Amino acid sequence: MTTPQNILTPRKGFWSRLTRERGFVIAGPYLWLGLFSLIPFLLVVKISLSQSVMAIPPFHPLFQWSAEQILQIRLNFAAYTTLLTDPFYASAFVGSLKIALVSTFSCLIIGYPMAYSIVQASPRWRPLLLLLIILPFFTSFLVRVYAWIGLLSTEGVINTFLLYVGIIQEPLPLLYNSFAVTIGIVYCYLPFMILPIYSVLDKIDPAYLEAAYDLGCRPWRSFWRITVPLSLRAIIAGSILVFVPAVGEFVIPELLGAPETLMIGRVLWSEFFNNQNWPLACALALVTLVVFVIPFMIFQRFQLRNKEE
Amino acid sequence: MRHLSKTGITSLIVGYAFLYLPIVTVIIFSFNESRLVTVWSRFSTKWYGALWTNEGLLDTVLASFKIASMTATAAVILGTLAAVVMVRFIKFRGRTLFSGLISAPLVMPDVITGLAVLMMFVTFEQLIGWPAHRGILTITIAHITLAMAYVYLVVQARLQDFDRSIEEAALDLGARPLKVFLVIVLPLILPSLAAGWLLAFALSLDDVVIASFLSGPGATTLPMLIFSSIRMGVSPVINALSTIIVGIVATSVMIAGILIHHQQKRH
Repeated sequence: MTTPQNILTPRKGFWSRLTRERGFVIAGPYLWLGLFSLIPFLLVVKISLSQSVMAIPPFHPLFQWSAEQILQIRLNFAAYTTLLTDPFYASAFVGSLKIALVSTFSCLIIGYPMAYSIVQASPRWRPLLLLLIILPFFTSFLVRVYAWIGLLSTEGVINTFLLYVGIIQEPLPLLYNSFAVTIGIVYCYLPFMILPIYSVLDKIDPAYLEAAYDLGCRPWRSFWRITVPLSLRAIIAGSILVFVPAVGEFVIPELLGAPETLMIGRVLWSEFFNNQNWPLACALALVTLVVFVIPFMIFQRFQLRNKEE
Repeated sequence: MRHLSKTGITSLIVGYAFLYLPIVTVIIFSFNESRLVTVWSRFSTKWYGALWTNEGLLDTVLASFKIASMTATAAVILGTLAAVVMVRFIKFRGRTLFSGLISAPLVMPDVITGLAVLMMFVTFEQLIGWPAHRGILTITIAHITLAMAYVYLVVQARLQDFDRSIEEAALDLGARPLKVFLVIVLPLILPSLAAGWLLAFALSLDDVVIASFLSGPGATTLPMLIFSSIRMGVSPVINALSTIIVGIVATSVMIAGILIHHQQKRH
């Protein structure tokens, strides 16, 4: 006798029945990613261990068949020892870290109140307010960085205004320093902080806060004890989304920073294009990945998995 | 009960001013007659005229649009396939690697992506003689890999909150899987495909770092041109060019936003 459960047992999804097409569907994107995403990084590892030479391409091959049919593998750690011993690279790492940390913190200070206020706004206005957050994010990265040159330069809008009002007598040195770089990064990455915080704050049940008020909790105290802890996950996610690209940023320090503003992205660029030292550029990329990118990716995945469970 | 407090309104005003002041300044000064970028003299559209007579610019714009439209089309196809794979095929070999690879470009700094992809092309060239030189093709391939990740995010979100029973019903009524995909799934996710296309287009049109690594002699994209002219000094022509770009990109993002919004409202 068949039980009703047997009849009602959910059928296998039709996607999983698609055995032939299934392999085909997976193969396309998988091949593409393997070819143009995985292989490039394996090659970066390989080239970082090669010897830098004056040639085209400017590195010595890692593997070589000698005349006696012996496979020679020459691992050269020169790039890594240079990174470790030359204080120039250490200060580039410290410089990137400092600017990225200050930028992330500033994004949080500006972004959290904005996300919070959008959630409080009437539902009719919310889509528009959100669109207004996303819009500058898409209006060309270069234009947004360029705009700050016009605002911050010695004859720029801000200095002209402050001189005109009489607050300052001499124009302030606002451009071409790490202050300008920080402003540029905060400006460009602010939506990355606001959007995750908004989506979490939006889902917090107002009943929690009402219960707290009913029990006599003051608004500020309930904000700190209820809202902030509930949105901690979003604060962390937003901070990662700002911090990670900020560390490797090239365009912003190049256009707004001083020539001596050291950041990893810029150092990598000049090792590659100006010094033609490809192994060193590759080693720099790898160290950046291992120290700044991969730990955060793993952390993020770990968090996502926790959320699913 | 929800209503905005005074501090809330203040933080919104300050925040939006911060977001829009720089862009508005660029737009205003693009209509400035003076050669000095930040000193207003009087209204003029002569910098827009100067753009028309600028020779190499048109070729660069053309190359950029070519790269961006090829990128967007390929990224939508591959990103959608990837989303279908991740959302509908729960178990397959190498799933963890696949999900890592698809989302890696979202967090990778551009300098590293550009460098890595270039190393691959250099190695390929040594081994099999392809690609013979770097230019539009190599830039497009790298942009597709990057944009695919964003298309994947958009389409995956859509597929996830999508009622599977419609697919099952069609299948029970005897439709072939491919037909189910084309007739039922595709029309339902079409707005997110359009949004993904515009997103990929905007991303490609915005990139300077990856394009610089992967371009060869004779292949310059619009962002590369703007980047080098900003480095040489600020000029009112860049203000005009920037204003046009802001106009184009803002329009496409608004269309994408409206598409996504309509879709959410309908379901």
